[in-house]
Amino acid sequence: MAISFELNGQRQTVDVDPKTPLLWVLRDTLNLTGTKYGCGIAACGACTVHIEGEPSRACVYPISSVAGKKVTTIEGLSTDLSHTIQKAWIAEQVPQCGYCQSGQIMAAVALLKKNASPSPHDVDDAMSGNICRCGTQQRMRNAVLKAAAEIGGKQ
Amino acid sequence: MSTMTNAISRRAALKTTLQAAAGAALVVGFDATTSRAQAAAEKPLVNPLTSWIKIDQSGKITLRYSKSEMGQGITTSLPMILAEELGADWKDVQVEHAPVEKAFGPQGTGGSGSITTLYTPLRQAGAAARSMLVSAAAQRWNVSPADCKARNSAIWHGSDKLTFAELVEAAAKLPVPDFATVTLKDPSEFELIGKSIPRTDIPAKTNGTAIFGLDVRVPNMVYAVVARCPVFGGKVKSFDASQAKAMKGVLEVFEIEPTPDVHAIGGVAVVAETTYIAMQARSKLKIEWDEGPAASESSETLRKEFRRVVDSPMKVIINDGDVAAALTHAPGDKKVACDYELPFQAHATMEPMNCTVHIQNDQAEVWAPHQAPDMVQMIVAKVSGIAPDKVQAHATFMGGGFGRRYQGDFPTEATQIAKRVNRPVQLVWSREDDMMHDFYRPASYHRMNGAVDAQGNITAWHHKYTSTPISEWFSPNAAPESSELGLCSQLPYLTKSYKLEYTPAKSHVPRAWWRSVEASVVGFVLESYMDELAHAAGMDPYEFRMRVLGEDRLVKDALDKQDRPLDTARFKGVLQLCAEKGNWGKPMGAGQGRGIACHYAFHSYVANLAEVTVKSGIVKVDRIVSAVDIGVPVNPDGIRAQVESAIVYGLTAALKSEITVQNGRAVESNFNKFATLSMKETPIIEVHIVPSTKAPTGIGEPGLPPTAPALTNAIFAATGKRIRKLPIRREDFA
Repeated sequence: MAISFELNGQRQTVDVDPKTPLLWVLRDTLNLTGTKYGCGIAACGACTVHIEGEPSRACVYPISSVAGKKVTTIEGLSTDLSHTIQKAWIAEQVPQCGYCQSGQIMAAVALLKKNASPSPHDVDDAMSGNICRCGTQQRMRNAVLKAAAEIGGKQ
Repeated sequence: MSTMTNAISRRAALKTTLQAAAGAALVVGFDATTSRAQAAAEKPLVNPLTSWIKIDQSGKITLRYSKSEMGQGITTSLPMILAEELGADWKDVQVEHAPVEKAFGPQGTGGSGSITTLYTPLRQAGAAARSMLVSAAAQRWNVSPADCKARNSAIWHGSDKLTFAELVEAAAKLPVPDFATVTLKDPSEFELIGKSIPRTDIPAKTNGTAIFGLDVRVPNMVYAVVARCPVFGGKVKSFDASQAKAMKGVLEVFEIEPTPDVHAIGGVAVVAETTYIAMQARSKLKIEWDEGPAASESSETLRKEFRRVVDSPMKVIINDGDVAAALTHAPGDKKVACDYELPFQAHATMEPMNCTVHIQNDQAEVWAPHQAPDMVQMIVAKVSGIAPDKVQAHATFMGGGFGRRYQGDFPTEATQIAKRVNRPVQLVWSREDDMMHDFYRPASYHRMNGAVDAQGNITAWHHKYTSTPISEWFSPNAAPESSELGLCSQLPYLTKSYKLEYTPAKSHVPRAWWRSVEASVVGFVLESYMDELAHAAGMDPYEFRMRVLGEDRLVKDALDKQDRPLDTARFKGVLQLCAEKGNWGKPMGAGQGRGIACHYAFHSYVANLAEVTVKSGIVKVDRIVSAVDIGVPVNPDGIRAQVESAIVYGLTAALKSEITVQNGRAVESNFNKFATLSMKETPIIEVHIVPSTKAPTGIGEPGLPPTAPALTNAIFAATGKRIRKLPIRREDFA
């Protein structure tokens, strides 16, 4: 069944089983591999993307429910590492293995859209559903707060 | 137009090929009994190549790293060492993974050994290339090479300068100097080593472009999953694939045989156009399993087995002095008798196991997120029957390693499947596959009996140790204890009598190297017990440790006298720095406590201090302060990141995760049951590095062992409750 949606600003049409999770459409059908498979049950956050601006777990989100919606993945954040969160991530030297980081960054971007000046507690709350086995939590917390300060400084 | 590599590599390749033939033969997967054995197997290369370094005539400098990146920052720290001696401006440097070639020596990454083994060889390689550039410049200027200096990607004579780009063609024609005679920089001249250099791999890890194993995309590729028996070691008896085969997008379903030498249990492979279709089809298979002998094993039966072993006569490993007499003949001494228990742990790398293989006639290509791409090359060759030199192995970024990615099971399975499929095939393990078919950190049980006298001297220390040893799985001919003892056979603390006994427990659960290996077990036991002894002696746990470490001295491993000895001065040094930075002894509020612990693993010294608040039945870890002595700190921020990482990994194992066994299978099959430390639960972590000029050692793992005991010692300080079983349970302290 052909399903159309907007992916990183461009219209996409795919012809797959409508139950197929968005994650596998991105990765296997569209070869957009920045969004990661970690658990398949919405328990780790590695597959976090934005659907209509909301952070969503692509591994349990059937493609049929994406029809007509706007999806943003890590690849849609910026083409030149210019997003404030990306810059903060580099400044704080956050990633280690890096596998969870697409999902972490998408969660952080979604938080700052909703709450441009989060407290450390707000950051912990928003990011605690995303697992990182390398233990970059402290650096991510600092990076989100740094990005928030950066955004605040510009306003 | 010859680049330096072209000119140099033939000569150098010849040398290293001879070397490999002489000693460093590659053994596929079955060597390495312990991480220590791994480290020993990776003896520093006497004469690696300048094919580590490529300089082109535009001035671009390409530095190669021969180890694999799993998060530890090796793609930056190894090239830094080359660049330092070469005199390269870091801005001109780009890095790339060395191809799998014998010339680069063993390419396995583990045992926290990359910096330890490559520091000097890479300095020599950089210096050799520098000396060739210097010679070329000196000839051009007709001056003495001794008057020339390399700096900022150029050779300087006074204010005269020739860039590497201008010199490379002439330099490449010069003979390669003997690496043993090249002059290394004086460390006081270091411009890169010791500075925090931003990691080269981080930008690609913030925009989704970093390619992990699962991200490999090859034209015309297909995807595969394997249905394995959920019981450890179980086999396929029969199966019906008719429903699976009927699904649209399913290409093939077939059985793959077990491969015992890599502990791959075989199963039923499903190949499909997408990962999702393969997974869906797998769920439609009807398989009858032969569950085998593991089916009756559980965590409860293993615990009974542990107790049976420690209640029975055991193998005496060390027996210094008369422990029995010391425990009975001094009624005034304080006795401390207790048992400790640690569970199986899964690696739970964020990226599940996977491997992509393409076989075409007499050649193969493999892409694997693996800690040893050279081993992967040999495995693909062996399983496919293709000559190793016709197997091109690509190392991808790894979504975590922690020891799991040293195994041969997933490359073996991928090759078995690729042999049957005339297209590139990516084998994908689901999270459940990954967690239920891991090689777990061994479970273990420890019975301790000891005593301290009124002066705070340890008079007796008797340790009865049983576990599901790693060696049984990888070196069945080795002594079972050879993979398990760690510092138990290199105890830095003075005791008037010491007895160590070890006997393995019977278990079918797969086990192997998990971050810090046996040190994750031994660190908890030794440092918990030290705390118990201190309290029994009525002494401050920090002061007690400093006291029983005694005079500064070198302590050899009783079972491996060739290994580098432990230096108690450095052990005390990290304890002292940690106590000082962690405000040891300062008053704390109600329900709060501090604990300290110290360990030596992979030749590195780490002390951790934990601050906790225990309130309403919840342990909150407020802060961890760490002090490390790893010799010359190559990339300090990278070191801090690794210690932060090991601490979080250690806290997860202490507070949250375990693998329990029921009916011969892992109960925890995904992250909903195998809980990990969240950001909310992550403490402030401070890492302090002891300045040092000693030879650098590794830091991927050593931060972990002192983490759990620092935490449980802090909980004792806060509550008076002693935690002797991990992970920590509410009922044990509340």
